[in-house]
Amino acid sequence: MGRYILYRLISAVPVVLGITVIVFFIMSLIPGDPATAILGAYASPENVAKLNRDLGLDRPMVARYFIWLGNLLTGDFGRSFSLNRPVLDEITERFSATLVLAGVSLVLCAVIGIAAGVVSAARQFGWQDKAITFAVLIGISVPSFFLGMLLILTFAVNLRWLPVSGMYEIYGGRTLWDLARHLVLPATALAAVATGVVARLSRSAMLEVLRQDFIRTARAKGVAERGVIWRHALRAAMVSIIPVLGIQAGFVLSGAVYVEVVFQWPGVGRMLVEAILKRDLLLVQGGVTFVAACYVLFNILVDVAQSLIDPRIKA
Amino acid sequence: MLSARLSRRALLSASAAGLALVSLGLRSAALAQTPPGVLILGQVAEPKTLDPQAATAANDFRISANLFDGLVRFRDGTLEVEPALAERWEISDDGKTYTFHLRPGLTFHDGSACDAEAVKFTFERMLKEDHPYAKTGPFPLAFFFSSVTAIEAPDATTAVFTLSEPYAPFLANLATPTGYIVSPAAVAQHGADFGRAPSGTGPFKFAEWRANEMVAIEKNPDYWDGPAAAEAIVFRPLTDANTRTAEMLAGGLDIMVEVPPVTLSQFRTDAFRIVEAAGAHLWFLILNCKDGAFADKRVRQAANYAVNKEALVNDVLEGTATVAAGPTPAAFNWAVNPDVAPYPYDPEKAKALLAEAGQPNPKVTFFVTEGGSGMLDPVAMGTAIQADLAAVGFDVTIQTYEWNTFLDQVNPGLSGKADMAEMAWMTNDPDTLPYLALRSEAWPEKGGFNSGYYANPQVDDLLNRARISTSQDERADLYKQMQVLVHDDAPWLFVANWKQNAVSTAAVSGLALQPSFLLTLKDVAKA
Repeated sequence: MGRYILYRLISAVPVVLGITVIVFFIMSLIPGDPATAILGAYASPENVAKLNRDLGLDRPMVARYFIWLGNLLTGDFGRSFSLNRPVLDEITERFSATLVLAGVSLVLCAVIGIAAGVVSAARQFGWQDKAITFAVLIGISVPSFFLGMLLILTFAVNLRWLPVSGMYEIYGGRTLWDLARHLVLPATALAAVATGVVARLSRSAMLEVLRQDFIRTARAKGVAERGVIWRHALRAAMVSIIPVLGIQAGFVLSGAVYVEVVFQWPGVGRMLVEAILKRDLLLVQGGVTFVAACYVLFNILVDVAQSLIDPRIKA
Repeated sequence: MLSARLSRRALLSASAAGLALVSLGLRSAALAQTPPGVLILGQVAEPKTLDPQAATAANDFRISANLFDGLVRFRDGTLEVEPALAERWEISDDGKTYTFHLRPGLTFHDGSACDAEAVKFTFERMLKEDHPYAKTGPFPLAFFFSSVTAIEAPDATTAVFTLSEPYAPFLANLATPTGYIVSPAAVAQHGADFGRAPSGTGPFKFAEWRANEMVAIEKNPDYWDGPAAAEAIVFRPLTDANTRTAEMLAGGLDIMVEVPPVTLSQFRTDAFRIVEAAGAHLWFLILNCKDGAFADKRVRQAANYAVNKEALVNDVLEGTATVAAGPTPAAFNWAVNPDVAPYPYDPEKAKALLAEAGQPNPKVTFFVTEGGSGMLDPVAMGTAIQADLAAVGFDVTIQTYEWNTFLDQVNPGLSGKADMAEMAWMTNDPDTLPYLALRSEAWPEKGGFNSGYYANPQVDDLLNRARISTSQDERADLYKQMQVLVHDDAPWLFVANWKQNAVSTAAVSGLALQPSFLLTLKDVAKA
């Protein structure tokens, strides 16, 4: 197992390097440069040239890539033009906010999605199945940013139960309770689609397993139905559910972009959107590399978890 | 059996969740109130820097305008300069030497003295590339002061500026954030992080910056011009306009700036107050005077007659702008020519002019941006203009670009690419926009912003003379003549002057918006 993990980690290095190359050159190729973004209407060729010189952007692209990569390897992500602070500070702060939001959403979607899928499968064609299928359809169809706006209008503006935006009250103690109140709406909006997908796939995975011989055997030897469903069938079905969770983690991370904008959540998704609009090269490059590396790492974890659950998958 | 268990459990957990929500609601009802004496203000973005020389965005200036002062400032509600840190000044007869006399005993928030050496330091840091603190930049708007060749400090309260040539907008530029005086001691202490730990002389001093959450400033009790009304102001970055509106409606903000036109009606109640002010802003279309249909002046005038500007400002912009008459916004009250009236909406006249020009159906390409500083609602406006032009015979093709890409297309000149393009400018002096964007010396290849290649030697001459005059009356006269010529030549399609807006709760008093777009909050209080 140790060798398997090591092998997977080493093979992830070229993937992440490839991502740095792609991000760097895409950012360099899109029209509009940081100097233009900073100067706005004052962006005359002369002013742009001077500012690019001040920002160190007058050197050739390839040279800039290797300087950036070299600094990256020593942990120096550079300084953001648009925020005037070290990129790494910004990314770690923002990424932890996103992790909280995405993590809670993922747990929500795993717990509710799997539970709903199991119930649906156990009661196939029953009223529970129909109700869940209907709810899932709505969850999958409503875009998260729209759901987010509806939630804000209902629970924050009209009912005033929950805060509209942000992560903490400005004049609060930054308590866990404060954080939880701010998390309810964005986490719900973000989890909705993924929960629907997980519920549907859990349902079909369970149905498949429930038709198999060992389930019949379990029932025949008198295991209670609850035990059959939750202990025997679910464990077998988890083998196909876990990779779905891994993929959903990616969707939740990318979906966080919209939700973070709507709820002004200080996360990495919103940071990247703003950084791209401001042509903040270092922030985009650093941010995407960081997120991509985390995603690759997460997938390795999922594969490892899967091989632990299913002895048939061997290193 | 299973179903009974599950549904009972589901019911239980659902009611538990419901209870939890209700109790959350009871708790937060009390929290939604903002604290007394503290104004919470919804901004449009996370600020970049509070270093006034390094900043370029109105969003950053809204904060720094309350932390710093310049040698001069704009008189309340106008774009005329009045004394600030300098109590008086003299201009030499040749217009090249400005001598400022500072108020005695001024101090920065960090306790150090604000004297002539600090003035010298502020400008040399920005202008001299070998200055020990030049690396605390870049200073993108330093070109406002590119004509300054030397700053001397003969004594503690006298600062003397020498210019390479007479430059009339110099005083107005000193009143902008790029001219605010910074504490040399604080720059030395914080270096490149001065923008996150600023120290000036203003009515408020910097208190705290929590990234992506808020910037707080608090009252400076020793302010030279009397203390501020509020104890503190908290600026919250709320990028999404809908979220900003929701926060305001939910009671999380006392003041919100840049209210989207479509949501303005929700605030027309007794609980809120709407403030508006016409700014020194012009929204226009650059017409390509060099090649294509608009090379003919009659076609340019036809376009000006064809567009229903009233409908644009009232329907598309919901009354958040006024119709522009010519190249100089009415906010420059001393320099605007009252005889220059907007082109009336007259489609018949437009058709007649097109027929006279022998181009009843000119084909034109129209560059539209998706957004951008001061661009208001560019896509909706572009579409409405396209429809108006089509009604008199134009065949308009729209090409839409994201803002940075758009600037990359438009600023190097429209030739070979387009016949017209949207543009908007916010300026502080009537010189700036026409000097940078209407002179023949300002064509893109010469480093200017005249992307439509307009050229009129008389306009060049008037603008050059106005720039070197030190008499405001003489300048006003020259600008008025310029407006008549430019209005008739129609190198642009003059559309709108933006009225900036803000909303406050009814408990807030003293909020006013300035034509300079700077937000001064010294006299704003909350009951």
